[in-house]
Amino acid sequence: MVVQLAWASLRRHATRTLLAILGVAVAAAMLLDMVMMSTGLRESFRELLMSRGFQLRIAPRGTLPFDTDATITGVSGIVATLRMNPDIVTISPVLGSTIHVPIGDRTFTSATLGADPAIQGDYELLSGRDPIARDEIAVNDDFIRATGVRIGDSMRVATGYDPQLRTYSDSRTMVITGRVRFLYGAANQLATAMNLPTVQEMARLPDNASLFMIKVRDDVDVEEARAWIEAEVPRVSALSIATALEQVDQRLSYFRQLAFILGTVSLFVGFLLVTTLITVSVNERVGEITVMRALGVSKLHIVQQIVLEGVVITLSGAIAGLGLGLVTARYLNSILASFPGLPVAIDFFLFQPKAAWMSLGLLSLSGIAAGIYPAFRAASLPIATTLREEAIA
Amino acid sequence: MTLVEARDLARDYRFGADDVHALRGVTFDIEEGDYVAIVGPSGCGKSTLLNLLGAIDRPTRGSVTIRGQAVGEMRDREATLFRLRNIGFVFQRFYLMPTLTARENVELPMAEAGLKSAERAARARELLAYVGLSHRERHRPTELSGGEQQRVAIARSLANRPAILLADEPTGELDAKTGAEIIELFGQLNRDGTTIIVVTHDEELAGAARRKIHMRDGRIVDE
Repeated sequence: MVVQLAWASLRRHATRTLLAILGVAVAAAMLLDMVMMSTGLRESFRELLMSRGFQLRIAPRGTLPFDTDATITGVSGIVATLRMNPDIVTISPVLGSTIHVPIGDRTFTSATLGADPAIQGDYELLSGRDPIARDEIAVNDDFIRATGVRIGDSMRVATGYDPQLRTYSDSRTMVITGRVRFLYGAANQLATAMNLPTVQEMARLPDNASLFMIKVRDDVDVEEARAWIEAEVPRVSALSIATALEQVDQRLSYFRQLAFILGTVSLFVGFLLVTTLITVSVNERVGEITVMRALGVSKLHIVQQIVLEGVVITLSGAIAGLGLGLVTARYLNSILASFPGLPVAIDFFLFQPKAAWMSLGLLSLSGIAAGIYPAFRAASLPIATTLREEAIA
Repeated sequence: MTLVEARDLARDYRFGADDVHALRGVTFDIEEGDYVAIVGPSGCGKSTLLNLLGAIDRPTRGSVTIRGQAVGEMRDREATLFRLRNIGFVFQRFYLMPTLTARENVELPMAEAGLKSAERAARARELLAYVGLSHRERHRPTELSGGEQQRVAIARSLANRPAILLADEPTGELDAKTGAEIIELFGQLNRDGTTIIVVTHDEELAGAARRKIHMRDGRIVDE
């Protein structure tokens, strides 16, 4: 009968109930998006860093990978030192540079990465083959779209532009061997890949690297390996996934704070909405509730009925909000994908079942809390006095 | 056999700075199977007395005992259970649940008492037949006339086979013809063994009772 009465009460003012559910759905969608944003960005970054299995990155001391133009000198010496550690299984030095490609009457400027294609962890080959020879290059889709080139085409590639003399330090004809997707590439960024010695030669940095990507054995403590590298090669900073995430956390703390504040506001708005609706509904039914008490219906059953009404509204709103939140997150993600300086592969709103359950759980709790006060107040009204007042009213 | 014993029953209310003495020491007994009308002018304490007998209010002084149980001393939970099992209420304004059908309204106290669905449906049908509303069991209160609503309320009051039926102005909202039908129904109920205490201004309803208690200024003045 408790369920029947709660259901009948919700149906009695169907439009009002529906509007309340929609209100809760909006609050729930917002809450879900904020929870997804606060945890998703970090998780997405972690997944990205781990995507090719490299647990460590080595950058010039005091910098983050590709944070500055600084490079590490003496690559061969560092590689030799790192090979002394049997825990290190893969060492991939990477050099970043800028290339200029004149096509027709335009010159396109693009980022380029030099790495050993056999072990690199910066891009994936979509079609064609890796650039192996010194006159070979692979390009990304943004580059293809901007320049109109195709696999198999040849093009002039220059480096070391001197703005005063308007000359290049190196220029050569290269063949496009493949189409690649850069894992850490930003939106609309023109990017290319070559063999490491080619980039070192063209950039006139014959034994330099911007960073090293390192794989250690799975049974090894990554932090121990990190400490060993920094001790053996003091002029570099070694970053594990954990330390990189700490840096990310620091840089993205504003996002998390924003997400926390907006999420809390959403939860509170949902709570107030349900409390207001239940309070109004209870005030309208004071006479009925008091009569039920007079007939012998227990306080507990009255409270259960009213709380159930709040829970039904909240849960219905939360389920609708789940769908709405996912749609909104997808839309916002597409906007934020072009956020400057962040890899396009980063998801700001990463759906995690745990986050969805957390949102649903928080909302359900708020729904129960929203119903308790008006329910308890209604169930505790003095029966005789309330009936007299109702009769007078 | 004595069903109700009221002894020196008093009830004071506080309205702002004033104390209102709604009941000033009322003593009487009611026998099982009795049909009592409590009459008197407005504000004389009739409804207050009914509330005390129905365990929905507590006396300031004195005691009420129903079937040997001290009603005035019960805690809320005890009093709720006592009302459910022993008291049937009929109100002037019917107070049916608007979202429930006639049969569901009658089933409400039985559901609270824990009767199984089939059992309470059968009893509700039986009670609706008793008050002459078999054909209206699926109607909601808004689809019923005042007299029909009061009949459903009477059926509801009998749901858990109460020891006593308390009615507060049960004909107050009805026209003369419908009121007369309700008076007839009360007479029938009493003849079938239900103990009835009714508070009323209605001379005809009071006249139908076997016994009249006259009240004035919170006291019994005549019987």
